[in-house]
Amino acid sequence: MQPSGHGDSPHAYWARQNGDKMERTFSQLLMGHAQQRPQAPAMREKEYGIWQTHSWADMAQIASHMAAGLHLAGLRRGEHIVVVGANRPRLTAAMLAAQTLGAIPVPLYQDAVASEYVFPINNAEVRFAVVENQEQVDKMIEIRGQCPGISHIIYDDPRGLRNYQESGLSSLDACLSAGAAHVAAHPAWAQQEIDAGRPDDVAAMFFTSGTTGNPKGVVHTHHSLIDRAQAGADFDRLGHNEEVLAYLPPAWIGQNIFSYAQWLCCGYVVNCPESSATMAIDLKEVGPTYYFAPPRVFEGLLTSVMIRMEDAGAIKRKMFSYFMGVARQHGPARMDGKSIGLMASLKYALGDWLVYGPLRNNLGMSRVRVAYTAGEAIGPDLFTFYRSIGVNLKQLYGSTETAVFVCLQPDHEARADTVGVPCAGVEIKVAENGEILVKSPGLLKGYYKNPEATAEVLTADGWYHTSDAGFLDASGHLKIIDRVKDVGRIKGGTNDGAMFAPKYVENKLKFFPFIKEAVAYGDQREKVCVMINIDFDAVGNWAERRNLPYAGYTDLAQKPEVYELIQDCVEKVNADLSADDLLAGSQISRFLVLHKELDADDGELTRTNKVRRGYIAEKYQVLVDALYGGLTSQFIETAVKFEDGRSGSVSATLRLSDAKLFAPVGRAA
Amino acid sequence: MSDKRIGDVILDVKNISLAFGGVKALTDISFNVREHEIRAIIGPNGAGKSSMLNCINGVYTPQMGTISFRGQTFDHMDSRQVAEMGIARTFQNLALFKGMSVLDNIMTGRNLRIKSNLFLQALRIGPAEREEMQHRAHVERIIDFLEIQAHRKTPVGQLPYGLQKRVDLGRALALEPQVLLLDEPMAGMNVEEKQDMCRFILDVNDEFGTTVVLIEHDMSVVMDISDRVVVLDYGQKIGDGTPDDVRNNEEVISAYLGTSH
Repeated sequence: MQPSGHGDSPHAYWARQNGDKMERTFSQLLMGHAQQRPQAPAMREKEYGIWQTHSWADMAQIASHMAAGLHLAGLRRGEHIVVVGANRPRLTAAMLAAQTLGAIPVPLYQDAVASEYVFPINNAEVRFAVVENQEQVDKMIEIRGQCPGISHIIYDDPRGLRNYQESGLSSLDACLSAGAAHVAAHPAWAQQEIDAGRPDDVAAMFFTSGTTGNPKGVVHTHHSLIDRAQAGADFDRLGHNEEVLAYLPPAWIGQNIFSYAQWLCCGYVVNCPESSATMAIDLKEVGPTYYFAPPRVFEGLLTSVMIRMEDAGAIKRKMFSYFMGVARQHGPARMDGKSIGLMASLKYALGDWLVYGPLRNNLGMSRVRVAYTAGEAIGPDLFTFYRSIGVNLKQLYGSTETAVFVCLQPDHEARADTVGVPCAGVEIKVAENGEILVKSPGLLKGYYKNPEATAEVLTADGWYHTSDAGFLDASGHLKIIDRVKDVGRIKGGTNDGAMFAPKYVENKLKFFPFIKEAVAYGDQREKVCVMINIDFDAVGNWAERRNLPYAGYTDLAQKPEVYELIQDCVEKVNADLSADDLLAGSQISRFLVLHKELDADDGELTRTNKVRRGYIAEKYQVLVDALYGGLTSQFIETAVKFEDGRSGSVSATLRLSDAKLFAPVGRAA
Repeated sequence: MSDKRIGDVILDVKNISLAFGGVKALTDISFNVREHEIRAIIGPNGAGKSSMLNCINGVYTPQMGTISFRGQTFDHMDSRQVAEMGIARTFQNLALFKGMSVLDNIMTGRNLRIKSNLFLQALRIGPAEREEMQHRAHVERIIDFLEIQAHRKTPVGQLPYGLQKRVDLGRALALEPQVLLLDEPMAGMNVEEKQDMCRFILDVNDEFGTTVVLIEHDMSVVMDISDRVVVLDYGQKIGDGTPDDVRNNEEVISAYLGTSH
């Protein structure tokens, strides 16, 4: 199945290197589309129940009017401007408008609490903020005392803001109409501003969430972003016919690459969902051809399907399980482009008609030609599931600092445990301590106003230090183990000196649908202990089917039956780890199930939902001590912050359990 | 709320008395509602709050007293007439069509404004189709306003209670009312749902200039969002004024906190 697409061979990258696109800025790319195909759709947004289309000409016009409005308000070339909100055409236009002027857009996470904006805004000396709605305006007003520099707060949606008397507060509509008048009076103004832009100007700045300390502003030029966007597009032969759904935070570079940089490089259509709650419905309506999601989204979709399937009638369930068996057996090989034989092909075709096709349709993936997952390790079962039903799911490797694309999996070589081969323009080397080093045209220019941090990751010889530990396997695919700084050693006990890779262990646990989060400890200790968060939906459903009553999350988490269920998962992980020479010593001795969900609002997770191991160890010190002290139960009271900002506390007496360890398989042989 | 233009008296209730047999539900109640204000009616259980609303709404006919709406005086209100004059209401016990979708439920609120006849509507001929599209567009604006896009096609019976309350409000808004009567809009909700509902009530009042009359149990909610408050106890008016006035009113305090007789 050769994907149909628009574009040229992957090698065209090199031919393109000195060509036309590399030497352009985002605003110049936008103007190019607006001139060549003005009426072609650029963005769609579902509003009032209907998909409303904005053409390239519309986008170019909004961007230049807004640029003029911002210029009149005093925004200057080289100055930073924050953009806060969900994916919406007018906020995308705000980024374009800033770049038109040569100002630098800094997208911030729209679901962050107000105090998280203080550092980025002061760090980048921001005067201008373009925000989505009342919620974001309130946050900006809240931090004004700490950020005296903010002089302009411009909002998109006026709802609820009519009676605000805040100084410097104005609407995007006002900005647009002032700008429109300016453009009418000076028709050549916008083009002059755009022409003044150079590819090596700074295009945007992204703050990394950072597990410790203040966030760091990653500075990217037009060149670095466009180069990587184009390399990725060439790799998968993306053209202007692709449909993309933009539903992840625009402040995350992955979303920026997929719905901004590559959008402008390829000229495809970006669709914005009606609201975050309608994502699944909109996904089905849009039927994207190019799709990107972190593993947790794929997992959420699968879980919802499985829960619905378990409630289906007996015939449907039988049919589903039979054909899923067929898919598991033959699907991945078929996806890898291998021949699977006539009988299997027939069975698969029947399954496709009865089960996989309708299932893909339900997941909104009927038209997906290329789907990527990245950001975190994906469970082998989950990965295989999507590939076996005919979704071309692949993995990629990259970070904010590398403008995403470092490694990508080619179409027929997708595997769950690697992240692909280095893509065009990238050089990879593994340092002595196991750290992966990268050289690429997409590397950051530096961290903003932070030369020490820049020097730490970007050495004089041009290598970027990823701080990921890994290696290139025999077939040239990159395999990631853990963060270099997190890879530890067991100290004392029977496994003295064995390697301990916490994230590797945590991920193996999280691959079970019943486990939502896990936090593993073991570095400089004699054994490995973990704290586990159950997945409330999956375990809740499991309990209901067993007629197991429970009062809520805390109660469910402490049920002996749930402990047995989790113990089973832990022991399976141990059996699995025992087969790995390097990591057999990382087997889990003791575990507990936490009484509350780890939450970014309580500081336990980062905004990208990664566990903050150190912080959690401090906060739950008594539990860690109890695990290592061999206790069988421990009382804990935890302060929690609710979504509306109030705080309260949750308390419970937790059970602590032992798990069975397995003799290392490798060493026995 | 600073520059909210509270206008003249729009609804004037004078000397209303209502009795069911020997039970006096309301005794000689008078109060007025000004245009664009949020007016609350509070009181302990059985104080006659819902009965008062039902009199305004035309469900009950009071034995004595008059109600004037925009200068027109009535000694009894007729439900249909009330709706046609632009007074809409929500219900304490949610009278939604459980098996119908959110969209269809709100669409029923447009019923009074649909001009084409049943026959044209059934066949969706010419003007009926155009008209339906206009009404649908209006309903979509309400759905957007109440942030229930994700549930547009969901049968109402499957929604959690807090959302059903929102749909109920949506149906009342579909009438494009000048006065909105809300019967315990926040009963049975959790804190977060209550805050959402408060925000929607304030937004309706602010965006559309709709006058709101609401009955509520939760004192803190009432004090936060209303401009003026009427307090009823055992069918009698015991207080009327701004939230601060009412809060310091001796009689109100004793009605709520109890008193030694």
